[in-house]
Amino acid sequence: MKSQIADELECVKAKYPAERAALLPALYLAQRKYGWLSAEAMDEVSRELRVPKATVRGVATFYAMYRHKQVGRNVIQLCTNVSCMILGAERLVDIIREKYGVEPGGTSADGRFSLVIMECIGACGTAPAMLVNTDFHESLTQENIVTILEGYR
Amino acid sequence: MEKVLLANIDNPKSAEIGVYEASGGYDSLRKSLELAPDDIIETVKKANLRGRGGAGFPTGMKWMFASKDPKFPKYLVCNADEGEPGTFKDRPILEKNPHILIEGMAISGHALKAEFGYIYLRGEYPAAKGILEEAIRQAEAKGYIGDNMMGSGRNFKLAVHQGAGAYICGEETALIESLEGKKGHPRIKPPFPVNVGAWGMPTIVNNVETLSNMPFLMRVGPEAYAAIGSKECPGPKLFCVSGHVNKPGVYELPMGVTLREIIYDHCGGIKNGKTLKAVIPGGISTPVLPPDKIDCPMDFVNMPKHGSMLGSGAVIVMDESVCLVKVCLRALKFFEHESCGKCTPCRDGVSWLRQVLARIEGGEGRPGDIELLSEVAGNITGKTFCPLGDGAASVVLNFIKHFRDEFDMHIARKGCPIK
Repeated sequence: MKSQIADELECVKAKYPAERAALLPALYLAQRKYGWLSAEAMDEVSRELRVPKATVRGVATFYAMYRHKQVGRNVIQLCTNVSCMILGAERLVDIIREKYGVEPGGTSADGRFSLVIMECIGACGTAPAMLVNTDFHESLTQENIVTILEGYR
Repeated sequence: MEKVLLANIDNPKSAEIGVYEASGGYDSLRKSLELAPDDIIETVKKANLRGRGGAGFPTGMKWMFASKDPKFPKYLVCNADEGEPGTFKDRPILEKNPHILIEGMAISGHALKAEFGYIYLRGEYPAAKGILEEAIRQAEAKGYIGDNMMGSGRNFKLAVHQGAGAYICGEETALIESLEGKKGHPRIKPPFPVNVGAWGMPTIVNNVETLSNMPFLMRVGPEAYAAIGSKECPGPKLFCVSGHVNKPGVYELPMGVTLREIIYDHCGGIKNGKTLKAVIPGGISTPVLPPDKIDCPMDFVNMPKHGSMLGSGAVIVMDESVCLVKVCLRALKFFEHESCGKCTPCRDGVSWLRQVLARIEGGEGRPGDIELLSEVAGNITGKTFCPLGDGAASVVLNFIKHFRDEFDMHIARKGCPIK
């Protein structure tokens, strides 16, 4: 059976002199397709790139941006590193927790939001900041964060 | 000073190739392709360009080492993994001025006889990925890069490689491992990447800002370039300022501007009329400075003489309301999370530091804890594979050195005296 990610992977492989280099992009492709990296998804990557399963799993678990459990429809990635912390990011974590019932590292019961605490996301001049899915939201306040999140169903 | 790296970025269409061309974009590449590769390397040496990623290594020297290696192909890798907390200086280039980087890489590729370039982009910049890939397509369509660039007979292929959230991959050997599809574990040096890098071949890893200096450097020549800013370490420099200043943001200023000038003249001073308490001048790994130490020239040569480092030029400004024990603890949580786990002093030592800091911050500090922190930090310094462990230890030692009272008070009063 032809893998669902095979076609896109062919283009990716062409960028590198060695097939193995396509492992990080392949994991992203699998994650985009399935929403997270299940054992089956990682096995598929292993077959496509002819890289041992254990190696795929080792790499997939080394990097913070690969997901190893089902995530919600929207992933909030909120920075709490120093520049964001001194401008009130911790209070924002509390607001998200209280309003949507989601703990850092967890997903709300209705599957609407997952919350991930990030190390620096490079938006320190407009701190505090978060990524929701792939959208940057900066200069967050206790008021505007809820308005922003209400835009994600 | 004329804006070089951030030229055009106020134009909403600054990422488009037409806007870049209209202000002389790709003229430097055309000119450089007529020069012999070694002449470009000589120009870079003469200009005294130093790497903008944090270490400040002389770029011309790095290039010469790679160029002298007889092995081919050679790879040029742009380090766009800016993950040092407080750092957001490369983001405006990546998102708003991608062609300056592409032109810079094409010039550098020619100088190094490298036909393949990669931009190792941090996973946390999803928008930049699309922008860079579109810009690469535009530059290829116009014949600026790709096969036979501008009819010169030289080839330069460029691709974006997306990282996946690992700070350690900003270290060049870990970055190369990650580019090859592996865990981001640093390699032992030597051999250095300029001889044995990606896929065993000579590999030059340069920061976004370093490479983006090239079009300007080649346009004005080494003498005019070296006349900007500090004599020992010249050129335009991006400073990204965050925290308690009135006007945070990315500023392009001459190398050697003082920290005081950055905070008070350019960023409008401390917010809400409060008092300055501490500054981290070059990203979280660089030694914190108290307010009486901010008359230091911000460059790679002078900052070490003033007790800190230029690092990535990420200035984090903290006012009187900030608990520095808490900041130190947050920094150590970061290092603990990002330690790759390969070597024991870093993996276990940083975790130990974080635990002791956590109890001090939580009001459960014990007499002798500060000595313990110093001892553990001293046992990490110089004993790790890569600079991550050193950075973490130095953060703790410098917070204690300048703000010991605050740590003592946390222990004596069993909690934070600032709240």
